[in-house]
Amino acid sequence: MRIFVCLKQVPDTETRIQIKTDKSGIEESGVKWVMNPYDEYAVEEALKLRDAKGGGQVTVMSVGPKSRVTDSLRTAMAMGADDGIVIDSAGEQVDTFMAAKALSEAIKKEGAFDLVLTGRHAIDDNAASVPQILGELLNIPHVTVVSKITAGESMLVEREIEGGAREIFEVTGPCVLAANKGLNTPRYASLPGIMKAKKKPLKEMTLADAGVSSAQMKTRLKDFQLPPDKPAVKMLSGDAGAQAKELVRLLMEEAKVL
Amino acid sequence: MAKVFVFLEGNNQDLKKGSLELLTAAKASGREVVAGLVGPGVKALAPKAAHYGAQTTFVCDAAELGHYNPETFTDAVTAMVKDSGADVVLASSSVLARDLFPRVAARLDSGVASDCTILKLDGGTVTVRKPLYSGKCTAEVEFVNSPVKIVLMRPNQLPVGQPDAAATAQTKDFPAPAASGKIKTKDLVKGSSSKTDLAEANIIVAGGRGMGSAENFKQLEDLANALGATVGASRAVADAGWVPHSMQVGQTGKTVAPSLYIAFGISGAIQHLAGMSGSKVIVAVNKDGDAPIFQKATYGLVGDLFELAPKLTEEFKKALHK
Ligand SMILES: Cc1cc2nc3c(=O)[nH]c(=O)nc-3n(C[C@H](O)[C@H](O)[C@H](O)COP(=O)(O)OP(=O)(O)OC[C@H]3O[C@@H](n4cnc5c(N)ncnc54)[C@H](O)[C@@H]3O)c2cc1C
Repeated sequence: MRIFVCLKQVPDTETRIQIKTDKSGIEESGVKWVMNPYDEYAVEEALKLRDAKGGGQVTVMSVGPKSRVTDSLRTAMAMGADDGIVIDSAGEQVDTFMAAKALSEAIKKEGAFDLVLTGRHAIDDNAASVPQILGELLNIPHVTVVSKITAGESMLVEREIEGGAREIFEVTGPCVLAANKGLNTPRYASLPGIMKAKKKPLKEMTLADAGVSSAQMKTRLKDFQLPPDKPAVKMLSGDAGAQAKELVRLLMEEAKVL
Repeated sequence: MAKVFVFLEGNNQDLKKGSLELLTAAKASGREVVAGLVGPGVKALAPKAAHYGAQTTFVCDAAELGHYNPETFTDAVTAMVKDSGADVVLASSSVLARDLFPRVAARLDSGVASDCTILKLDGGTVTVRKPLYSGKCTAEVEFVNSPVKIVLMRPNQLPVGQPDAAATAQTKDFPAPAASGKIKTKDLVKGSSSKTDLAEANIIVAGGRGMGSAENFKQLEDLANALGATVGASRAVADAGWVPHSMQVGQTGKTVAPSLYIAFGISGAIQHLAGMSGSKVIVAVNKDGDAPIFQKATYGLVGDLFELAPKLTEEFKKALHK
């Protein structure tokens, strides 16, 4: 089974975000970068599917500045992925279309495959777009927010929708699946795994090698701003009954949300 | 005249609030408004669309579109957008639209801005902003090289206009697209809740570890019923199995933006705030006056939630069900 897993590196949630003086993006120095949490579920699922088949190849890939995203690719290889492809964006802003295009071209160069896994969204820009665009560019189906995969002749894929309801799809042939929390419990990289990962093959490409240029960009993020300061909290006083009464009054008369 | 295409979603006999917000914005823009509806029975919603500003409504009303299928829905909606000639497409950032529109965008060789919270639309331009990095900053999403500009707006961000019951719209039927069979919708398993989904709820009552047990969530349900609210939870609670994961709010749960979010016994970890700090009014109920949630709250109530929750239920009932 040949599986591709697409990863993104994102700032750790605890990181303080600062804006560049020209407002063109965030200040990257001092940011701690981690693998997007949803992508961990994608890596884990790929490893499980490969091992259940008794063999195959799990290739992890990422678009981003080579110098740092390589770390997350090595982490995935330490978890058990077989090899990696880094598509170096060398500091250029890459939108969801460019990322999906680069990934699709890199996959096409590799030849036949069974499955592409991604996370359901990246927690930095919350775009949730790359898996679907990738599906379109590879001309194969996609399913997002995937909470269960049952592989057989065809694949049964569960997707979580409103109110905990689930849609169940039957997919035949290769497809792109975007992993949700709950799909599995990602393993930790073991120490021997980390040692082995250092020697696993890692291919390098540029955006140009993947046929991608900034002329293909469709959306550009600009004019970054910190959220406006919230007015200070209004603390209510009195016993439970008095606080409850006062809150209802404030919600109706001051905040006007009821 | 420039046109705008608004993708509508409905449940039962009504259009969703998010759809009405977008129709209202579309109407106010001065553009010609074309609305699109997909699914069996959706034709019945076309008059409603007209009341809120649609001048033309495209319908793809077919039995086989009863369950969402990314392939056939992409075909249907792409055909509608092309036919409309609109250069701006608006849809609510719903579970369905978020799956569908990036693929539609790719097929139209265009860009999509998802999860937007600010929309400025006039006859010539569209400007949108969205939160980034779990709401720690925002940015404008500028469309470049994008013949069609697709905007997915979070619900509850825009006003809903007064309906004009006399307004009518032309409707145009679209045939159901042929399916390749590569992806089939096998089944729809109903969820535990018939309430409005968290992501679209206008009022949310959420419980954290301070709730103490699964049984105690009954108190929040009572409160939610009094308010017409949907119940949510922190991850601590979902991980403990007190509520299903589908109720989790936060970075690894749902992103919500209601008008009112009331948090009971939730400390306010950054990962929880990531999912709800976009709420218009936040009420925090916590026995610890130093809990971080108070820094994000509009109103704070310090005390035992088991005393406060029943009192609040009582007061809301009095105020709202006179
Ligand atoms: C990668 C990652 C992703 C995460 N994603 C999420 C996410 O999506 N959503 C999320 O919520 N968390 C998430 N978390 C977990 C998060 O860090 C916190 O652990 C979690 O939000 C804490 O939940 P809590 O506030 O319910 O519990 P606690 O932090 O234990 O807070 C309980 C609060 O209840 C109060 N309390 C107790 N008893 C009472 C009482 N009788 N009356 C009034 N108040 C009372 C206490 O004072 C306390 O403030 C994530 C963590 C990580 C590392």
